[in-house]
Amino acid sequence: MAGRSISLQNSHNPRPAIRAEQLCRHYRMGETLIRAVDGVTLEVRSGEFVALLGSSGSGKSSVLNLIAGLDRPTSGSVVVQERDLAKLSREDLAKYRLHTVGMVFQSFNLIPTMTLAENVELPMRFAEIDRGKRDSLAREALARVGLQARMNHRPSELSGGEQQRAALARALINRPQLLLADEPTGNLDSRTGTEIMNMVLEFNRQLGMTVVMVTHERALAERYAERLIFLADGKLIGDESNSGVRAVSDRPSGGRR
Amino acid sequence: MKLPDLTELAMRNLRESVLRNFLTTIGISVGVASLVAMLSLGIGLQQLASRRLMKSGLFDTVVVTSRRDLRSFGRDEDRNAPVPADSRVLDEPTRIEIEHLPNVLEANPDIRFITELRYDDKPHLTTVAALPASAKSNDAFESVRGHFFSSDTAPEAILQKTFAEELLGKTPKPGLDETNVGELAAPLLGKELTMRYAQRDAGQNQPARNGPDKASNSGEDSLGGAAYSVVSKEQKLRIVGVADLDPESMRGPTRARVFLPLKLAESLHVMQPTDLREISRAASDQPVYSSLSVRVKNPAQIKNIEEAIKKMGFNTFSILDATRSLQQFFAVLDLFLGIFGSLALAVASIGIVNTLVMAILERRREIGIMKAIGASDGDVQKLFFAEAGAMGILGGIVGVALGWAIGQAINLGTNVYLKRQSLPPEHFWAVPWWLVGSAIVFAFLVSLAAGLYPAGRAARLDPVQALRYE
Repeated sequence: MAGRSISLQNSHNPRPAIRAEQLCRHYRMGETLIRAVDGVTLEVRSGEFVALLGSSGSGKSSVLNLIAGLDRPTSGSVVVQERDLAKLSREDLAKYRLHTVGMVFQSFNLIPTMTLAENVELPMRFAEIDRGKRDSLAREALARVGLQARMNHRPSELSGGEQQRAALARALINRPQLLLADEPTGNLDSRTGTEIMNMVLEFNRQLGMTVVMVTHERALAERYAERLIFLADGKLIGDESNSGVRAVSDRPSGGRR
Repeated sequence: MKLPDLTELAMRNLRESVLRNFLTTIGISVGVASLVAMLSLGIGLQQLASRRLMKSGLFDTVVVTSRRDLRSFGRDEDRNAPVPADSRVLDEPTRIEIEHLPNVLEANPDIRFITELRYDDKPHLTTVAALPASAKSNDAFESVRGHFFSSDTAPEAILQKTFAEELLGKTPKPGLDETNVGELAAPLLGKELTMRYAQRDAGQNQPARNGPDKASNSGEDSLGGAAYSVVSKEQKLRIVGVADLDPESMRGPTRARVFLPLKLAESLHVMQPTDLREISRAASDQPVYSSLSVRVKNPAQIKNIEEAIKKMGFNTFSILDATRSLQQFFAVLDLFLGIFGSLALAVASIGIVNTLVMAILERRREIGIMKAIGASDGDVQKLFFAEAGAMGILGGIVGVALGWAIGQAINLGTNVYLKRQSLPPEHFWAVPWWLVGSAIVFAFLVSLAAGLYPAGRAARLDPVQALRYE
């Protein structure tokens, strides 16, 4: 896939994976105008692991939703893989979400009436992948997150960590270039949280995926992200590279998979 | 999303809240059932009516008269036609010619005359008519007591009920129940009647004419040589049947009180009104008919056949107009029954809207998730359509079965009632295949229409809002 080759040569590639310019998302709530995102400009390189930090209501999740193509900016632009999301039709935006972005959420968001295998298979149904291939791909993806034994269970029968792993498998099933995580460890205990974060890190390193993670835990961000972006009241208030990140020192020398 | 995936997901969603969807589907079934029940009643009644009318022999019959017959039906007389004296007569070659027209089943001469019949040495004056063998299947003669003529030449007679009463000297008292035909038939069957009639005897010295030559060329030899005598004759007839016919409602060939087999009647050469007019012709052996009854294979072709016979130079008459207005009546009846039947389906479609709107509220988060992982508006919309459509098809199938069962039950119940009233059972219920098919398709389309609003609403759902909602 094109995205993968870009990420392989990210150090030579001047084009960013994500570029937001004067990004605004305002909405009305009764009489008051809420500026959820208010003039944010930022760039994320291909293959970078970025954490968006801020207290609740700082607009970090809104920025993530704009990057995910779930929401449209009121003004400004957000360009991902050279596509201006504000200009895409609803149909193209859905395709973008389907093929370019994988998302994981704090509350896992698996469909409760479906088994894990069916949950993982669902994006492939939307992508109209052949029935025959889907089964083995779903099995493979669940095996990668260590859930092959649980594939015929429903989410409610699983622990939070297992659910989040299934959600990760689902997020990656259509081989996106971008992984967006909204407080992925928020509902997990610290041990399971670490397990999930190690997996995310592995995808970042081995598959060269660009990761944007929203969190309010600075410690977690410092442990995994290469770069920390701070938001408050919808505005960008800090952008620092995390020199002390354990992840950087651990990074294998360019080896991919 | 592809159709198999849509169907699979839709069926899965329907199974998830099985009670609600089941109830909604039952709602559609009841709607479809009422539609099917109403329409099949309409169709059944129409079939019953046309079956009856076909049997009555009125609607598949064209009556042909010569233009020489001045008391013609006259409604649409052709002014360009030759003057009556020049036009053709209805003779045997003409009859054969008409019988060979396409779609004509048979053409029979109408023989009817008034004469005296003696029974038990008492004279009775009445109208006698000839019946072709095909009249056996005629509805009017289906319920005959005794039996129909054993052959087309047998010296037998069937009596009309009131004539039978007259022969037995019974007069029905007004207000009392009508006399039972069986009671009348019992003393009469097998008895003999003597018919006195005027036979037209062709002149002995007159060479027999043949061929359908024009009346006008009979010129000089016409009156001089033309001569026939009228001879009083007797014919013994055996009473074989008594028919329960209402003389008031009878038309055409059945408007008489005593019936003879056609071939027998022909062989008697009874004086006919035409014989007086066609003096030159009557002297020959060739019969001239006052009118012919032409039976057609299919009433739909009556008009063409009438045209063809008119071109041959005859007047025609049929009760086509009556059938047409009857069809119109049934079209209106079907329409009304259909509208009433559809009302239930309309109510059921509101049930679909309600169920799906509820489903959106319930599955708000699920819709949000699907959109977040890449479902397009179209995918979500199609999924809801598929659910509505599946309920429609299922409801349609169950509804047709239900409607059919209701029909059968009512048919059965009515026939039990008819039997108690000692009336013959009737099949006034019909569920043709096209009704089965179109009822299911209609249920499907109505369901899709009902799904329009919920599906659109689900498709427009904002994923951010839907996911925020816990």
